[in-house]
Amino acid sequence: MSEAVAQTFGLTRRFGDKLAVDGLDLAIPKGVVYGLLGPNGSGKTTAMRMLTGLLTPTSGHAEVLGARLPGDAEAVKRRIGYMTQGFTYYRDLTVLENLRFIAEIHDLPARRKRQRIAELMDTYTLHEQANVLAGALSGGQRQRLALAATVMHEPELLFLDEPTAAVDPESRRAFWEQLFDLVDAGTTMIVSTHLMDEAERCHRIAILDRGRKCADGTPRALMDRIAGRAVEVEAKDPRRIGRALSGKEGIVSVAQIGERLRVLVTEGTGDPEALVREALAGHPDAAVRAISPNLEDVFVLATHGRDQ
Amino acid sequence: MISGRRILAILRKELLQLRRDRMTFGMIVMIPLIQLVLFGYAINTEIRHIPAVLVDQSESNLSRSLVQMVEATQVVRFEQHVATVAEAERAIVRAEVRAAFIIPQDVAQRLVRNPAIGSRFADGLQEVEARPIAQWVADGSDTLVAAAIRSLRGMPLGEMFRDSTNTATPTFEVTLFYNPEQRSVVNIVPGLVGIILTMTMIMFTSAAIVRESERGNMEMLITTPIRPVEIMIGKIIPYVGIGLIQVAIILGLGALLFSVTVAGSLWVLLLVTLLFILASLSLGLVLSTLASNQLQAMQMTVFVLMPSILLSGFMFPYEGMPRGAQLIADLLPATHFMRIIRGVVLRDAGLMDLLPDSLWLLGFALLGLGLASLRFRKRLD
Ligand SMILES: Nc1ncnc2c1ncn2[C@@H]1O[C@H](COP(=O)(O)OP(=O)(O)OP(=O)(O)O)[C@@H](O)[C@H]1O
Ligand SMILES: [Mg+2]
Repeated sequence: MSEAVAQTFGLTRRFGDKLAVDGLDLAIPKGVVYGLLGPNGSGKTTAMRMLTGLLTPTSGHAEVLGARLPGDAEAVKRRIGYMTQGFTYYRDLTVLENLRFIAEIHDLPARRKRQRIAELMDTYTLHEQANVLAGALSGGQRQRLALAATVMHEPELLFLDEPTAAVDPESRRAFWEQLFDLVDAGTTMIVSTHLMDEAERCHRIAILDRGRKCADGTPRALMDRIAGRAVEVEAKDPRRIGRALSGKEGIVSVAQIGERLRVLVTEGTGDPEALVREALAGHPDAAVRAISPNLEDVFVLATHGRDQ
Repeated sequence: MISGRRILAILRKELLQLRRDRMTFGMIVMIPLIQLVLFGYAINTEIRHIPAVLVDQSESNLSRSLVQMVEATQVVRFEQHVATVAEAERAIVRAEVRAAFIIPQDVAQRLVRNPAIGSRFADGLQEVEARPIAQWVADGSDTLVAAAIRSLRGMPLGEMFRDSTNTATPTFEVTLFYNPEQRSVVNIVPGLVGIILTMTMIMFTSAAIVRESERGNMEMLITTPIRPVEIMIGKIIPYVGIGLIQVAIILGLGALLFSVTVAGSLWVLLLVTLLFILASLSLGLVLSTLASNQLQAMQMTVFVLMPSILLSGFMFPYEGMPRGAQLIADLLPATHFMRIIRGVVLRDAGLMDLLPDSLWLLGFALLGLGLASLRFRKRLD
């Protein structure tokens, strides 16, 4: 991975006495999809707003495309695109009118404007909806319009705040295809999400919890780091088994997934399978086996430690 | 550098949104139209046909001709006849009438002793105590009604005797310029231009900017290279046009319905109106940087509108207000415009005659624009 296009140094934002983002240090390399994974209220939007110059940090600073924030926000505005969490284009304008407006705001010359709009309507299959009011579009169509408008001026760095929260899985796949096309063209992206399947698609992720970064790295590396800490239990009565397990020494979390239980153990446990079997001594029918951890396990383990 | 293309983009977007917003679009035309008709016909400072009750305790030919004379002035209309003063007072309490006319039993004797009449009988009688011949009791809470009744106090009595002995030579000769027929509407039509522009211009601009933040559009806009000044200019221009349309409606209808024609130059009219529109728009912009939603913007508009109606000279003469109220009125663009527009429309005043007020409006507009641009941040915090 080459040099960082965006970096934050102890970035902090306070609202009243609430710390929305707390001493965030991130380094986003060029040409990657960087995921910010965190539950509701973990500070993803606030972090993005500070990185795009919309909010002034309470302390700390960021460097985005060589410009220092806070201070030099206007310098980067031509080179970044920010797709906000809600739909913030005009609902009372049509698709075409919205795109024209954005092209003019970015000062595209008349010919380039027409060309670029035609291009984007092709890429994001918006031709049929050209004269439909944005407010009357479906969630997926609206998302495509937002992406088209956001990349109008071909930004080098793209911020996408929960881009597929309101979109069905089929459209989500298509949407990510389009994101990877942009990455191929050299765009760097920062994507926030609380969906595991979306996080898995990112090249690198940072896990946020209550404003703090708990872990970061590639999804693979993060999963490898907790290898051997996940155990699956299969039993006739998973709820009863679950109650028997939770709170036991060495067990961090128990979650029921259908008929099975997914159990995570503390770091440094020598033989997790044995630990779980021992805890379930009174339940001979339970079948216990080690499994490879997934990103959700990473997330649970990363955010769990902070409760203690 | 300010980009004309970006300003144009905002302007075009604003017009598209306006065209789709039927309600607002309709208001632009309906507000001046309805207000003009309402105010033009309803506001009348010349009071006539006040409902009154008659208590005639004398029941004589004399009292009947006195009543006829009073009715002939058209100030009052007798709607009830009652026997006692108490009944008359009840009628006033119930608001069935606003005044009571009480003719005492001894009206004839009182009339003879009245100095206006007495001279024709005997000089010596004037030394006898002279008393008014009859009494008015009026609901004084409305000062206009009270003043109308009071004007009857010195009603000439000579007509009763079919001659004009007491039509005295007036002390002063009075010539009324500009509105010789004394129609209230002449003063109201140009004043209404100021009131309606105050209302619509401040309301539309403040709402137009606040709407953008309310719907989240501002979050998107401020991550683009657009400048605050460009947003403001682009948003203001459509409303300048709308303001001019409203002025045309008011003055056009004013001429058509109420024959109030523009005496002065139309160019001067255009210029001073533009100044006032700009001043109101910049006030709207400043308010929009204070309000965080459209309801607040609306409340602030009303906050400015009320004193503009009551203190600007639209309803009551500026000169008649106490000093404190005048100081407040001087802060309102509407006060300055009220003087200017009446000058142009009614008195054919030229730009030079209106210079102080015009310069004040210009200064206000520039100050407002500067203040709004300073307060408008391309940030969310
Ligand atoms: N303008 C604000 N004023 C006060 N508090 C705020 C403001 N914006 C965010 N917060 C608080 O900061 C915290 C982080 O909010 P933020 O919107 O960044 O979370 P998020 O990770 O984007 O959540 P979500 O997944 O729900 O979008 C929340 O507790 C929120 O209540
Ligand atoms: Mg968010």
